[in-house]
Amino acid sequence: MTTRSVRALSGALKPLFSPRSPQGYVVAVCHQTHKSTYTAPPARYGGRHTVTLIPGDGIGPELAKHVCELFRFCCVPVDFEVVNVDSTETSEDDINNAIMAIRRNGVALKGNIETNHNLPPSYKSRNSLLRTTLDLYASVMHCQSLPGVRTQHRNIDIITIRENTEGEYSSLEHENVPGVVESLKIITRTKSLRIADYAFRTAREKGRRRVTAVHKANIMKLGDGLFLECCKEVASGYPEITFDSMIVDNTTMQLVSRPQQFDVMVMPNLYGNVVSNVCAGLVGGPGLVPGANYGENYAVFETGTRNTGKSIANRNTANPTAMLLASCLLLDHLKLHGYASMIRKAILSTITDSRVRSHRCYMQYVGGIQLLLLRPALYFDITLNMSSPLCSSCTLLIWEVRAPHLKWSSPSWMQSRALDLAHRGTRNQMTVRLYL
Amino acid sequence: MSKNVKTVTMIPGDGIGPEISAAVMKIFEAAKAPITWEERNVTAIKGPGGRWMIPPDAKESMDRSKIGLKGPLKTPIAAGHPSMNLLLRKTFDLYANVRPCVSIEGYKTPYTDVNLVTIRENTEGEYSGIEHMIVDGVVQSIKLITENASRRIAEYAFEYARNNKRTSVTAVHKANIMRMSDGLFLRKCREVAENYKDIKFTEMYLDTVCLNMVQDPTQFDVLVMPNLYGDILSDLCAGLIGGLGVTPSGNIGANGVAIFESVHGTAPDIAGMDLANPTALLLSAVMMLHHMGLHDHADKIQTACFDTIRDKKVLTKDLGGSAKCSEFTAEICRRVQDLD
Repeated sequence: MTTRSVRALSGALKPLFSPRSPQGYVVAVCHQTHKSTYTAPPARYGGRHTVTLIPGDGIGPELAKHVCELFRFCCVPVDFEVVNVDSTETSEDDINNAIMAIRRNGVALKGNIETNHNLPPSYKSRNSLLRTTLDLYASVMHCQSLPGVRTQHRNIDIITIRENTEGEYSSLEHENVPGVVESLKIITRTKSLRIADYAFRTAREKGRRRVTAVHKANIMKLGDGLFLECCKEVASGYPEITFDSMIVDNTTMQLVSRPQQFDVMVMPNLYGNVVSNVCAGLVGGPGLVPGANYGENYAVFETGTRNTGKSIANRNTANPTAMLLASCLLLDHLKLHGYASMIRKAILSTITDSRVRSHRCYMQYVGGIQLLLLRPALYFDITLNMSSPLCSSCTLLIWEVRAPHLKWSSPSWMQSRALDLAHRGTRNQMTVRLYL
Repeated sequence: MSKNVKTVTMIPGDGIGPEISAAVMKIFEAAKAPITWEERNVTAIKGPGGRWMIPPDAKESMDRSKIGLKGPLKTPIAAGHPSMNLLLRKTFDLYANVRPCVSIEGYKTPYTDVNLVTIRENTEGEYSGIEHMIVDGVVQSIKLITENASRRIAEYAFEYARNNKRTSVTAVHKANIMRMSDGLFLRKCREVAENYKDIKFTEMYLDTVCLNMVQDPTQFDVLVMPNLYGDILSDLCAGLIGGLGVTPSGNIGANGVAIFESVHGTAPDIAGMDLANPTALLLSAVMMLHHMGLHDHADKIQTACFDTIRDKKVLTKDLGGSAKCSEFTAEICRRVQDLD
């Protein structure tokens, strides 16, 4: 090799070794990025992430508003790209736009999109379309007993991992003979291995001891038999984790009598639907549990039980906890762990604080979270005599003192919130807590 | 008043089956119920043509009496023939599985005041057993829903609700995903509901039912659904009231045939030791008496059974006591006679 050609070669290799593009070097040398070294999605500019927000139907829009408000208050570096999906439209343009937005941003926060089951089969469920198109193969729900929430069972801590793209949800149905409908349930080796691997990896990462596969292989010998076989195969690669299996009807019976025996559960689509809803019911209901859908390249976060909540829409009574906890999962995914743990701690404190919980109005509840987020180093209480003419002027005086590191919105907003939440005492006296 | 003595085919079953069947027969004797029992065995035999079938004397007895009471049957592994329950179902076309779940006072569970009935379509749906491996690594299972079966189960559900003075029937489905199959089931339920205007009809998604069931089971009354959902939900409801050891079950077939059974296992570890709990079979037998119209005897036996459990003095091991099966049975017999 001549000197000239070596120089030319090194010149050609220079961009790869250039310190200015370390990403390029990594890509050139190592073709297969390992799943555990996942980097934040590309929609990041100037330190701020862009996340797709699909409000959905029913209580979705109000919950989305709560999340936006909370993020704004906490100064979370996330901008939402709102994509509305109209469930009454028969054309699939809306959902395709949403899918494209998620492909662009990599992450999404989603409300449930209603499916009118009286429409013909050509109208596919929008949620299902989203999941299968983006190949969000794992639906994960962590059901934990929360302190301060009264339920029939205590000390529940179950992670349900549900295969999200095949099984009974393939929407392959036909009517060969009038009055006889066949619906196909598809189980494939690839997807079963993939979800089993995901389950065991998650169990390992979170330090869990046991994975239970839920199935009905005594009846569906080929289909669920294949799923079970794949789980057993993957289990052999994780000797530190105990693997067992349980038939789905026995599982539901055990869940209502002794749910503490379960740790991580992995299952096909329909059983996952049933079991995750049972678990959510056991820990306190649909308003408390967040859910996450993970794929190879995308992640979509939503409430765990995927309810539209049509009957309680627009009444300001929907429990925002599930959506807010889902937004914390979103922040964890974006590696904004500081914000995530701060918000999560505030939410859990608010739930246990019965004074705030007794308020029927959840707008005040969200305000409670915001107040708790102030994380005061110092505060003092001022007791005002309401009948005193100095009262209003005193109030004005208080808001003159500001903490420079916190961004205040208009003083009147803070005034009304503080009055709502910090009010104690008799009718004539009011105590306002001032945080510094 | 002449009492028509009715014949019932008794299938004791395996494991603890014979003991609990004997217990039930003794209690019926104490209650002076007008029943004569015909004991039969249903171990599968190979008939002419190579097809598995139940013994002809069992079939003949059932065809004559139309009512059966069955203990737990052992599921054979590698015996070559399908499960006995499946065989019985196919032979008598048992299309409806009915499971009333009522909280038992004295047997405490985290859920109180449960009073619902699950009616499950028992012949088709996801359990049709039609599966193929299309290519290596891809399996398809076929879920079959037919108009006739759906209509039949819906009609039975509304008839049951009317006969037992229940106020509402809820159809459980997943028609948002399985639009055609569950859609057909739902349409048939709606059609049948038109003829029963006195009973409230609602529809609910399977996941919503599960979610609400574990939070507040008192909101449900009669639930009707296809095979798989029925399997899961009926066991879920059994779990709410205390498990399969205290849950009755009935299978209704075409041509007026009905087989009532206990749905727990054969418990081979305690078989023959006089430790079994006959409550499940007894409550199924009570269901049978109601089905036959012998309501007085049914109420008497049920009251005696519930009083015994509520008193907590004589209980079998699984109910939290230490008495033997025979002692528990004797206690119930005593109460039944006292109620006379």
